Amino acid sequence: MIEIKKLHKSYPIGKDKLHVLKGIDLHIKEGEFVSIMGSSGSGKSTLLNIVGLLDEHDEGEYYLNGQLIDNLNEKKAAILRNKFLGFVFQSFNLISYKTALENVALPLYYKGMARKERLKIAMEYLEKVELGPWANHLPNELSGGQKQRVAIARALVTQPKVVLADEPTGALDSTTTDNVMDLLRDINNEGMTVFVITHEEEVAEQTKRVVRLKDGVIISDELTKTKTI
Amino acid sequence: MFDIDRWREIFQSISKNKLRSVMSGFTVAFAILLFTLLFGVVTGLSNSFSDAFADDAQNFMSVRVWRTSKPFKGLQTGRRIQLKNKDFDFVKEEYDSNIQHLTARINKNVNISYKNKQDNYSLQAVHPDHQFLEKTIIDEGRYINNRDLIEKAKVIVIGRLVKQDLFGELPAIGKRVNVSGISYQVVGVFSDEGGDNEERKTFMPVTTAQMIYGNNDNLSQIVIGYDPKLSLDEAIAFGNKMERDLRKKLDIHPDDQSALSIQNMAEANKGVGTFVIALYFIVIFIGSGTLIAGIIGISNIMIFVIKERTKEFGIRKALGAQPSSIVGMVVQESVLITTIAGYIGLSLGTYILSLESLNKTLAEYFIKDPSVSPSIIIGATVTLIVSGLIAAYVPAKIAAKIKPIVALRAD
Ligand SMILES: Nc1ncnc2c1ncn2[C@@H]1O[C@H](COP(=O)(O)OP(=O)(O)OP(=O)(O)O)[C@@H](O)[C@H]1O
Ligand SMILES: [Mg+2]
Repeated sequence: MIEIKKLHKSYPIGKDKLHVLKGIDLHIKEGEFVSIMGSSGSGKSTLLNIVGLLDEHDEGEYYLNGQLIDNLNEKKAAILRNKFLGFVFQSFNLISYKTALENVALPLYYKGMARKERLKIAMEYLEKVELGPWANHLPNELSGGQKQRVAIARALVTQPKVVLADEPTGALDSTTTDNVMDLLRDINNEGMTVFVITHEEEVAEQTKRVVRLKDGVIISDELTKTKTI
Repeated sequence: MFDIDRWREIFQSISKNKLRSVMSGFTVAFAILLFTLLFGVVTGLSNSFSDAFADDAQNFMSVRVWRTSKPFKGLQTGRRIQLKNKDFDFVKEEYDSNIQHLTARINKNVNISYKNKQDNYSLQAVHPDHQFLEKTIIDEGRYINNRDLIEKAKVIVIGRLVKQDLFGELPAIGKRVNVSGISYQVVGVFSDEGGDNEERKTFMPVTTAQMIYGNNDNLSQIVIGYDPKLSLDEAIAFGNKMERDLRKKLDIHPDDQSALSIQNMAEANKGVGTFVIALYFIVIFIGSGTLIAGIIGISNIMIFVIKERTKEFGIRKALGAQPSSIVGMVVQESVLITTIAGYIGLSLGTYILSLESLNKTLAEYFIKDPSVSPSIIIGATVTLIVSGLIAAYVPAKIAAKIKPIVALRAD
């Protein structure tokens, strides 16, 4: 599903360059549930953004669903994101003036689906994250955990191949964290590839494979021992 | 291109962000309001100018004489010039092709009485064409005709106010009035848009007056309506030529304005035309300034709005929005706001210009019937819509180019 070879990325800082990713090799197959760990600044978000086509890499190769990603223009990237990828962000990134239901339905709008149908599907996904009764509430009327569940419903609504989550539990307490992780596991059990960044060992333990980054290189990549179902 | 979902997105974005929408709309509405008022006032001014001449025909030209102010061919200064029937005939024959209407005039002040009522009025003895040159409107009866001229008939046409003075509400046609001791039959009552003074006049045949007042062939003035097919410049040239010819014929120094001069409406019209054109230039200048200020205003607001929405655009792009859909959405929203706001400004402007009480006040300042012509309205609206389009397109295009990851980080 995701195949990365000798991937490099650096950010220009004034005249200098900050070399963030220094030759990443990573292969994630369809249906995997992978977490990335590493200290702050190790390049986790940078990697995830490249995988999510939100940013571009400098060197190396990246194949998404077998397709080489190289010099994509914004239009093609948008189509691929809409088709293959779902995002969950640490800060939720819901559109503040849209209701929970409208937020969830938005990716379907960009897919070109008719309004009636997309609202119906969005409602199904909201119910899946147990937020049916909150469908017509604005984001600022929801708790952090609820917002993140809306965001997850939005990430899933297009039935993407890969769900990318950058510290989805970073802003949540332990109960809601478990809640969100249960959801992600359910998704994975349905066959979706899930790729999570986290700081928390407990979160990483709930995934099936942990990749550890340090200073822009992978220092370990192993399957978790205890598989909870 | 009609996309109900796109419109839904836009209406939601407008209604959920009222302050922002109202702010950008206000700039445009205000600019258009000023623009409309400005044009209205100028139209009002130019209306007043053209009205000042509406009393008489637009092709009006008159020959008047007085005393010479320059010696000529051994003749003394201060000699009194008198127009005669032969001068009238000369004009009639010599310039026939350039003339639409022609009349002579003898001006008198007379006392007119009917039964126990009497007063002083001004009398003009004229030819039938005089009616068209003075734009006399016959309310009852008829004007002086050719038969009156031939018969030297003792008939009189009286102004509306003269009739009111002497007859009140009673009929006047067919009644006999006494004009300075001689009895005349009233054959017509007229009104005139030139005001009360014009309606205190009376008319009689020029031949009758010549017979009664001195039994001579003297005339006070010759009044001409030049052929309306002549351009202003041609009419001015015609007037100048006739002035030269008449001075020559009457042994007047060629430059003696005092002895004989021709008052030519064509010259006045040309002056007014130039003035009104100058006025419009000034207004177009100020008006476009106002519009440009409005456009700059909305551009600024659009830049601000788009900056504020950068993160939203990042989210939309992460969810699969293509840059074109973001640009389209922003542009459509801006055009909608400019159009509605422009329309509001315009309606408000035209409404204000149509206010009865305001118009009364304005009339005192020489501004009559201020209004805006449809072509200007359409022009201004199109300008606004196009500028709303550009004002939104440029910053939206830039915003849509921002990499989603950068946009998402914006706050
Ligand atoms: N747009 C950017 N411009 C310049 N430097 C950047 C940019 N984005 C990230 N960096 C730098 O790249 C390095 C890696 O950043 P990244 O966000 O990938 O770290 P991270 O592993 O996700 O850290 P955290 O756990 O704090 O989220 C950091 O040193 C960061 O300062
Ligand atoms: Mg990060």
